[in-house]
Amino acid sequence: MKRLIIRKKSRKNFLTYGIVVAAYVALMAVMAAGAMPSAIQGLLVPMCAYIIAAVSLNLTVGVLGELSLGHAGFMSVGAFTGCTAAMALANSGMPSWGRMAAAVVVGSLLAAAAGALVGVPVLRLQGDYLAIVTLAFGEIIKTVVTNLYIGIDPQGLHFGFLKPDIGLGKGGKMIVNGPNGISGIEKISTLTAGFLIILLCLVVIFNLVDSRSGRAIMALRDNRIAAESVGINATKYKLMAFVLSAAMAGAAGALYALSQNTVTASKFDFNTSILILVFVVLGGLGNMLGSIVAATVLYILPETWLRQFSDYRMLIYAVVLIGMMLVTNSQKVRTLLGKLLPQKKTKEKEGQGDA
Amino acid sequence: MSKKILALALCLLLAATCFAGCGDGSSSQDGGSSSQGGAASEASQAQGDASAAEGAIKIGGTGPLTGGAAIYGNAAKNGAQIAVDEINALGGLQFELRYEDDVHDPEKAVTAYNTLKDWGMQVFLGSVTSKPAVATSTEANSDHIFFLTPSASSTDVLGGVENPLTETVEIERKDNIFQMCFVDPNQGSASAQYIYDQKLGEKVAVIYKNDDVYSTGIYNSFAAKAQELEIEIVSTTTFTDDTSTDFSVQIADAKDNGADLVFLPMYYEAASMILIQADSVGYKPQWFGVDGMDGILTLDGFDTALAEGVMLLTPFNADSDDEATSKFVSTYKEQFGDVPNQFAADSYDCVWSIYNALKDEEVASDISASDLCDKLIAKFTSSDFSYDGLTGENMTWDETGAVSKSPKGMVIKEGAYVGMD
Repeated sequence: MKRLIIRKKSRKNFLTYGIVVAAYVALMAVMAAGAMPSAIQGLLVPMCAYIIAAVSLNLTVGVLGELSLGHAGFMSVGAFTGCTAAMALANSGMPSWGRMAAAVVVGSLLAAAAGALVGVPVLRLQGDYLAIVTLAFGEIIKTVVTNLYIGIDPQGLHFGFLKPDIGLGKGGKMIVNGPNGISGIEKISTLTAGFLIILLCLVVIFNLVDSRSGRAIMALRDNRIAAESVGINATKYKLMAFVLSAAMAGAAGALYALSQNTVTASKFDFNTSILILVFVVLGGLGNMLGSIVAATVLYILPETWLRQFSDYRMLIYAVVLIGMMLVTNSQKVRTLLGKLLPQKKTKEKEGQGDA
Repeated sequence: MSKKILALALCLLLAATCFAGCGDGSSSQDGGSSSQGGAASEASQAQGDASAAEGAIKIGGTGPLTGGAAIYGNAAKNGAQIAVDEINALGGLQFELRYEDDVHDPEKAVTAYNTLKDWGMQVFLGSVTSKPAVATSTEANSDHIFFLTPSASSTDVLGGVENPLTETVEIERKDNIFQMCFVDPNQGSASAQYIYDQKLGEKVAVIYKNDDVYSTGIYNSFAAKAQELEIEIVSTTTFTDDTSTDFSVQIADAKDNGADLVFLPMYYEAASMILIQADSVGYKPQWFGVDGMDGILTLDGFDTALAEGVMLLTPFNADSDDEATSKFVSTYKEQFGDVPNQFAADSYDCVWSIYNALKDEEVASDISASDLCDKLIAKFTSSDFSYDGLTGENMTWDETGAVSKSPKGMVIKEGAYVGMD
């Protein structure tokens, strides 16, 4: 019986990988045929970034069972450090994919460090403290980056806080320009890189969940007292999942920033954190494929199809959100779906067991 | 546990939607008028479609049509629509206009721009606000589509401006990007010059928004010019988006330092809060604003008596006796039920200047955006091209993309703008 469950689980994991790879192949084929409208083409890389952010938040919320309301803060750390790294390497002769990879690595490392900074004190506590502290963290990061100045000249990097005069010599270039953020970014992130990072995140998450550590993390989520009574080190496992989640959010931030012309700190505010949480909640807690689908649909929809409603666009978007909430949580719809798709039924049960 | 999280998340979502609702409150009155405008523009769009059959040049633009900055986007859209209607009524060269919503967000603005590109846009009126325009101007530059923004005044939009600290050009000049409004540094230094020339204040205080490109751009050039002219700045305080409702600290600082003139380089929502809060503590200095202050008189629930005596530099005066202006104002009032602000006038001028640049040329309506762009760049930068419009006379452009025209000083008297000179 146990083996059966594991096999089903891995089947679901492979289904997720398969869908992601198929989506990538389909998108590349449409683009190669030149049939992709430029409106959608411009949305694809940011969409990958939002998917990664949603999947990473799902690790915290769905698997670890802690609420993070400042995930955009980790994206912000990744975006600004990653972008600084990419721009500092601009004249190094590195190919663009190399600079992009460097940006993602730097971004995720520093976001992981920020995650550890927040997690070490807070994850020792019980209750909803992480939600409150991450909320504050997001706001702090926004204020800090708004007042941060980073420039580069032949002598190297210069840093400054509050004042734009950071002693740049002749030929210097401002990278992070306080409230104006970063402008003139070379758009070097690609769809392929985005999909590779999504796949990498999925591999890491699925393997973590199926490992000894993952079972410890889920045991903590389901019943902390019982888990601790069998000798699981609560802080260690919680920190493991949370820092990993922050690192992925940092990678998402770096990918996002390098797909835009200009990024400012105010982009990564509370609303963005909530937007990502909405992707996770509507996609289903602990359900990675659900997060991917929800992020895709809810990001693409208001920018393309809903544009025809002009002024009523956001109103209809809200109705769609409410509709999705009702449908995904309604027992009737679930049973109906289960009757229509007998295969789905078993998965649905398993999904409930997961959540 | 998971149910609890779900419940908490949904509560937060609900709360966030409430906040979003509040944010939109200020523009709801505007929304009402814009839906009216929507009906009017639909009617004119029908005209546009009819003429499109004969072939019209497709003009696109992005702006915040919803959300907190909607007043600007809708004004620009309506102003451009009036110009397009007038031009199409003349016969000859025909235009078709389409505006897309960018919610004052660079990311959404690029999507809006791409949507317009899919529609087949040939000339781009740019984005209405600065931050989105920085993003869309880069896109338009790489696609080589002519870009003339009515109101995005940041130097980053044009590119090619040297950073005085490093003596380096950080963003390359984008050769097809032009502005109809003053560029930020010009506004700041013009304000300082004006205050100095007219001897408006001995001690000056500045309150600016330090997370905003527009506000910091004007402040930096104002401070530099003030230093040069030896204007005494006694108090400089800042605020951000999150702290734009409580100004007691900034006002107290200006008051304690004995400032008799306060310079407010910001948009009108924040300025209205400052005026209200200064009034409640009995502080009555001379207030001086910039073009973002335009719109304060039509703000919902704002007592215009508080704005009495506020001075601002703006290129457009709706009360002018000038024939073209009064015609524009009456048409705007008739169609959209509002007095047009500077944004409407600027975008009206944008469309007309593009028309003037093209009217003598042989232009087929199916000309590619790139060919049209070459023609327009050549025309706009040529020395014999100048344009007289609502926001200035003898406007000319050079390779930098910035317009040259002179600002008008306005003062608010009895709830209306009156020219100062």
